[in-house]
Amino acid sequence: MNDLVIEAESLVKRYGAFPAVDGISFTVRENECFGVLGPNGAGKSTTIKMVACSSPVSAGSLRVAGLDVRTHAREVKRRLGLVPQEDNLDEDLPVRKNLEVYARYYGLSARVAGPRIDEVLELFQLTEKAGAKIDDLSGGMKRRLVIARALVHEPSILVLDEPTTGLDPQARHLVWQKLRLLKTRGVTMLLTTHYMDEAAHLCDRLVIMHRGKVLCEGNPHALIAEHAGERVLELRLSPEELVSLLSEVRNIPGVAVEEVEDIVYVFGAGPTAERIALAVGNPSRAFLRPGNLEDVFLRLTGRGLLD
Amino acid sequence: MTAFATTPDISIGAYRVWQRNRDVLLQLWKSEFVAQLVEPVFVILALGLGLGQFVKLGSGQEYVAFLGPGLLAMFPMFACVFECAWGSYVKLEMQGTYRAVIATPVSVDDVITGEILWGTTRSLINATYILIVATALTPWLHMVESPLAILVVPVAVIPGLLFSAISICFASVARAMSQFSYFFNLIVNPMFWFGGAFFPFDELPRWAQIAGWFIPLTHAVNLYRGFINGHLHASMFADLAFLLVATAFFYWLALYGMRKRLIA
Repeated sequence: MNDLVIEAESLVKRYGAFPAVDGISFTVRENECFGVLGPNGAGKSTTIKMVACSSPVSAGSLRVAGLDVRTHAREVKRRLGLVPQEDNLDEDLPVRKNLEVYARYYGLSARVAGPRIDEVLELFQLTEKAGAKIDDLSGGMKRRLVIARALVHEPSILVLDEPTTGLDPQARHLVWQKLRLLKTRGVTMLLTTHYMDEAAHLCDRLVIMHRGKVLCEGNPHALIAEHAGERVLELRLSPEELVSLLSEVRNIPGVAVEEVEDIVYVFGAGPTAERIALAVGNPSRAFLRPGNLEDVFLRLTGRGLLD
Repeated sequence: MTAFATTPDISIGAYRVWQRNRDVLLQLWKSEFVAQLVEPVFVILALGLGLGQFVKLGSGQEYVAFLGPGLLAMFPMFACVFECAWGSYVKLEMQGTYRAVIATPVSVDDVITGEILWGTTRSLINATYILIVATALTPWLHMVESPLAILVVPVAVIPGLLFSAISICFASVARAMSQFSYFFNLIVNPMFWFGGAFFPFDELPRWAQIAGWFIPLTHAVNLYRGFINGHLHASMFADLAFLLVATAFFYWLALYGMRKRLIA
């Protein structure tokens, strides 16, 4: 076996005639954190479901740990730790018992599972909640417990479907910290998110998906440099002001302009962007900021105002 | 795996699912279990002794003794329905338990088989308890007339599997908790009232007897009546055959329905 933990090749998932995932290819290597980004409905969760063997592949090939998901579902699932979008903890059982019962599904004996459960509870700061009811946990604690649960059987890859959706900023940062810690311990991760900052924080490489297809693939910083540029100018101006400004940037080589609702984004305008921001003199109307993954998405899906 | 696959994909995982349910019961036994023990006793007192004073059966049997086999079939059926209709739907849609379990090496077929085995276990506990109560009351109420009554316990496995599977079938197509009132009022309740537990079929018109034959509970009651009264009859093979065929069919349908629901 090589160091490719997941290999997807022209992967397709159709619901009736609708292609939720429309021929995507990507690979996840050992010890890396690989992100699948995109808005709701892009096909991220469907991709995860195919990887986790809970949604049959319509076409193409998908191998996890060298195994075909179509023919080796049980073996694939044994090697995966899945953190689903919803907290589906077993509400009929207290915290520690949740992990014990889950370990048993993997065929782990109580003797083997016991120390590992202690370890993950400690790692996710849940040791003192071991006897608590699931109902009594906060949203952030439930999330951490779901991640802990996915690690008890020591999977070769951790698959996380929107791990921080619905968490408050503090709880989200704690989850991020734990995921970074897992990364330093060599855990391979595949994660989906629609938070671009989450992906930039955690992922070594990522794909951005849109309407079932992959828009681009690469290292987040490289993608930002390539598609958004170092700095982006955000404008909230009246239509008249815009017209004159756009004529000013129009002829700069490589410049691009996108409009989303009432905001206009100017990419690659270099020193001109800086001059405009200074001239307007009001950051809430003209704001120069570093490029991010959201800009990459916008550039790749936008219509382009100048053409 | 497609929903239509005919061979069930079963492993030790089915037992793990059963173990999970056992662990939950052991946590909740005080609230779940003890309360259920008093109901059959109330029914024996109210219907058997209370109503029974006014009922004269053609066979000359006391009404409370006639009622015994019915109770042995009915209460275990309710245990299956409770576990595998409501319980299953909660785990399917409200708590997400099934989706969490099938993310592990446990398959959908394992989950459903484990659930059905668990419903069966609950119904066996229930049947055994009622048999003990009926036997204990026998010096006064003459409910158990033959040592063959002990056969009720192993044979009760079959209706246990059947009613659990029927319940899972309904859970697999239910779209809301409120729809269970259809299941209860249109399927479970008619079985309860017309399944031969409360009145003998042989004095009813022919059409009613034929209709009653298609109610699964009737066949469980017939078998138990034979064992408890010690009157074995060749027609009991037909009862057994009906239950076995229905169990196989509804087990297959339960697997099919849940695969469709959980794997998309």
